[in-house]
Parts: sequence; structure tokens; C-alpha cells
Amino acid sequence: MIERSPFFDALTYAVMIIGLILVIIPFWVVIVAASQSLQEVSQVPISLLPSNQLWTNLSEAWARADLGPKMINSFIVAIGVTVGKITLAAMSAFAIVFFNFKARMICFWLIFITLMLPLEVRIVPTYAIAANALLPFQTILDVTGLTWLVQAVSGIQVSLNWNLLNSYTGLILPLVATATGTFLYRQFFMTIPDELAEASKMDGASAMEFFWDVLIPLSRTNMLALATIMFVGSWNQYLWPLLITTDRANFGTVVMQLKALIPAMNGTPDWNVTMAGALIIMLPPLLVVAFMQRWFVRGLISRDK
Amino acid sequence: MERRAVYRNKVLPWLLIGPQLLLVLVFFYWPTSQALYWAFTLEQPWGGGNLWAGLDNFLYIFRDDRYWGTVLRSGFYALAATGLSMLVALTLASFVDRALKGTKLFQSVFIWPYAIAAPAAGVAFRFIFSPEAGLVGAINDIWPGVWDPATNGIHALAMVIVCHAWLGIGYNFVFFLAALQMIPRSINEAGAMDGARPFRRMLDLQLPLIAPTAFFLLIMNIISSFTDSFGLIDTMTEGGPIGQTEVMVYKIYVDGFKGLDYSGAAAQSIILMLLVIGLTFIQFKWVERRVHYN
Repeated sequence: MIERSPFFDALTYAVMIIGLILVIIPFWVVIVAASQSLQEVSQVPISLLPSNQLWTNLSEAWARADLGPKMINSFIVAIGVTVGKITLAAMSAFAIVFFNFKARMICFWLIFITLMLPLEVRIVPTYAIAANALLPFQTILDVTGLTWLVQAVSGIQVSLNWNLLNSYTGLILPLVATATGTFLYRQFFMTIPDELAEASKMDGASAMEFFWDVLIPLSRTNMLALATIMFVGSWNQYLWPLLITTDRANFGTVVMQLKALIPAMNGTPDWNVTMAGALIIMLPPLLVVAFMQRWFVRGLISRDK
Repeated sequence: MERRAVYRNKVLPWLLIGPQLLLVLVFFYWPTSQALYWAFTLEQPWGGGNLWAGLDNFLYIFRDDRYWGTVLRSGFYALAATGLSMLVALTLASFVDRALKGTKLFQSVFIWPYAIAAPAAGVAFRFIFSPEAGLVGAINDIWPGVWDPATNGIHALAMVIVCHAWLGIGYNFVFFLAALQMIPRSINEAGAMDGARPFRRMLDLQLPLIAPTAFFLLIMNIISSFTDSFGLIDTMTEGGPIGQTEVMVYKIYVDGFKGLDYSGAAAQSIILMLLVIGLTFIQFKWVERRVHYN
């Protein structure tokens, strides 16, 4: 605060309160509607006071959208993607920053360029690869004539096939490559003084020991930030799970179930159940962001430097 | 890369970076080149390989009025949602930056929308803006038929844009606030000494100083409006009424996965990719020339 300015202070609070209302209204409506009975929720406009049906609606939504197994799937996918991304990012950045090998700049750029095209943009071709993730290698074998060679020599027809549809691997693997994470980790490793690596080398630690015992503990803050962003991002994935799971009963995630909860055109307008479902589904990432705010904000910001 | 590398090892770095490179190859470079191949060929209906089609797929798209409608709509969507979201976030950030008592509470709530899945927000906003239920529908009791996103394309598009802008508030707010907090206090104090009131300082000092962040956010928002709009549109309008909320990603999905026209969808994907690459490129060019003031 530089000078006293009561009028401007009042204006500041006024703007912040208006902002608070703007941001919170959707949350509030979801909670209120989720707690009302069908009669109450059908009023126009709905009352903005919570009622007493919250538990009934939550369990109704839970049962209707089969949220139990879907919740487990969502957690498996979100945690799998988060752990995978952090592991790969740390390993790749370690190789790029601390090792002297010729192709390291090329490798960095090969990974970094992927930042340009999010999955949604290249959804059609990526979907095709999901039906057989080994297709690139098969093609390489075919083109180089190795398939023919193997068949001529041993009589075995080489046909590589690995279908990712309706599997956790398919839900997780294509999301695990991470330019953002690699970049963030690279930035962090660059701030580690060379002397630290030299010292650990002198003490007889191998490269991997340096990685495990020095770098990983040092990067804990970065890891938390990255974990928050990645968890939210993968929990909220919609288009990719929608395409890759035709067997929704076993491999669907909660976010995919949202659409199934919307009242049908001529059905009962039980928006209270819909909102209860939305509440359950949006809660885990919201809690993560609320609790991890301090680290997560730092992680977001350092992305642009 | 200025750092001198410490370790020399022929095998280890490849083991470390190998998994990521493999993933990138299989799920990024290969599909992207596949898309190029499809965009220039035509798949035969009953199998039998692809026929070379040259630019036919693209010409077919470019002659389609409906496609141009989608492009224009995507552009409008991008600008409107970005503008709205950044304006709200900037306003909030500049007032939060004054750090009055209790600001922390507001600050943490303003970040919340970042955590919400687009389809979840879509469902919530669909209820809020529903013509026969929720909140906004009440206006129809006063003037019947004045608000109807189910049949009026403009209403439907406005609804989706407002929801998208709301979702972006958290992300934009975090960046704006960080940028504002990086401005040295002395600059603000000097402005105050020269007699500039807080509002004047906001406009003439802080705004120009955070221009680089604003530009970065502008590009990020535009790109995310191309990519993240799918979840919203699919839950709120499904592209309707009569295709009036169909944007580029949604049309690719409909043509490719509902209409099974892979060649057309691939060609559209290529155009979208070029667009996003172009925007990212502008972004990097700008970042290089960024102003630093600490």
C-alpha cells in the first residue's frame, strides 16, 4: 500500500466481491441444485438456498452414472498419467542437461515441438494409431524389406499388433509424453550449479546415484507443482477417453459420464441429480488445486519463462 | 544450452530419454505424418488401399460453405472468449495486486475455475442458462421466448462462449497476478510521488509493463479455445441448433468419427495444425524479444 485512499480501497473490495460472485455462482448453483428435490429444482428461477436432499441426489447420481467403477478408472488414469509424465520428464531432462551426447539438442527439440500440437488437434491420426500402436514399427520393417527377409528365412510372417482400444494403457500412454514437464524439469536442472554434480562425482557417486540422491530430492517443489497441473489435466480429459473406450462399462472415466446425466429432451428434468453428479466429478481436481495452490501457482508461472 | 555436461556415457542417456522419444515417435510424429498422407489421398469405401487425391480433399473443404462458416465461427469464438476471460482476469488481478486485507481469500477462489473439467462446467452452465429451468430461464417468464439457446444459434454460441471465458479466468488470473507482482515496487512509488493516483498508475504504469504476459496469454487462450472447446460444445449444444455452434475441432470429430470421412477430417486437421503452429510460432518470436524489467 503506497498511499491511503479510502475511496479506491472501497472500489477494490467492490470489484473483488463482484468477481467473487461471478466466479462462485456456477459452483453455488451446482451445490444448491444438487441439494434440492425435483419440485424445487424445477422452479424458475430456482431458489438459491440449499435444501435437504443432497445425500439422496448424490447417491442417485452415483448409482445412475455408475460412478463407483468410473471413479476408480479416473483415478487410475489420472495417477498413471501424472506419475508417468513426471518420471519421463525428469529422466529426459536429466539426460539432456547432464550428459554429453551429440544428439541431445535434437532430442530436446523433438520433444519440445510436440508442445505445439495438443492431442485434440491431431485426434484423427492418433486414434488410428491406437488400434495398433506397433504400426510404425511394422511399416518400418515392411519398407526396409525385413518382413520379407524374415519370412523367406524362417517362414514366419511378422505382424506386430498391439491394440490400445479399451485398455488402461490406451487411456494413459498417449498422454504420458510431456513437453511441458520436460521443459520445466530442464529449466530446473539448469539452475543446479555444476559444482554440485562435480562434487558428487568426486565422492564417487555414479550418474544415477546423483540423480536419485541429489536431483530428485531437490526437485520436490517442482514435482508437486507439476503433479498438480498434470493431475488436473488428465482427470479432465474428455475427447481422448471418449474415442478410445467403446467399452464404457469397464473403461469409462467419470468425466465421460457427465453427458449421460443430462436429462433427456422429453424425460424428467431432474437436474438435481445431474448437478449432484457434476459435483462429485468436479470435486477431486478442485480439492487438489485448493490444497496445492502454493506449489501449483509456481509451477504454472515458471512454464512461461 | 550453455551448461557444460558433466557425464560422459554412450548408453545411459539413451536409456533415460529413450522411453519418451519412443512415445513421441509413436503418438506424435507418426500420426502427424499419417494425417498428411490421408489428407492427400482418398480411402476407398470397400478397402483396397488409398488413392492419390492430390489437393482434392482440400479443394473440397474450401468449396464447402459450411466449412467456412465453421472457420469464421471458431475465429469469433476464440476472440470473444479470450477477450472476455482476459478482461475479467486482468481486472481482478489488478485489484488483488493492491494486497488489501483479506485479499488472500479472494485470490484462492479466483483460481478455482482452472480445476474444473470443461464438460462439467458445460453441464452446470447448460442448467444455469436453460430456457425452461435454472436461473436465466426466468427471463422467459417476463418476456416469453426472449431467451432460447435450444433453437437460437446466437444464444447458444453466447452461452458456450460465456462458459469458456469463465473456465479461463483461473489460469489468466494466476499469470496476470504474477506479472503484476513482478513489477518493482519502486516504479509504483515513483509514480505515486509524481502525483499519479492508483487508477492512473494501473492504466499508465502497470498495464504497459505486463504487456508481454498479456500477449503470451492471448496466444495461449486462442489455442486453448481451439482445443478445449470440444468438451463444452459436446455437453452443451452438440454443435446445434443446426450446426450453429460447430467449431473446427468439433467438425473434425463429427466428420471423422461420426461421418467416417477420414480423408476430409485429416485435411481439416492439417489446416487446424498449421493454424496452431502458426500461432505458437508468433508466440515464440515474441518471447525472444520480450521486455525484461528486473
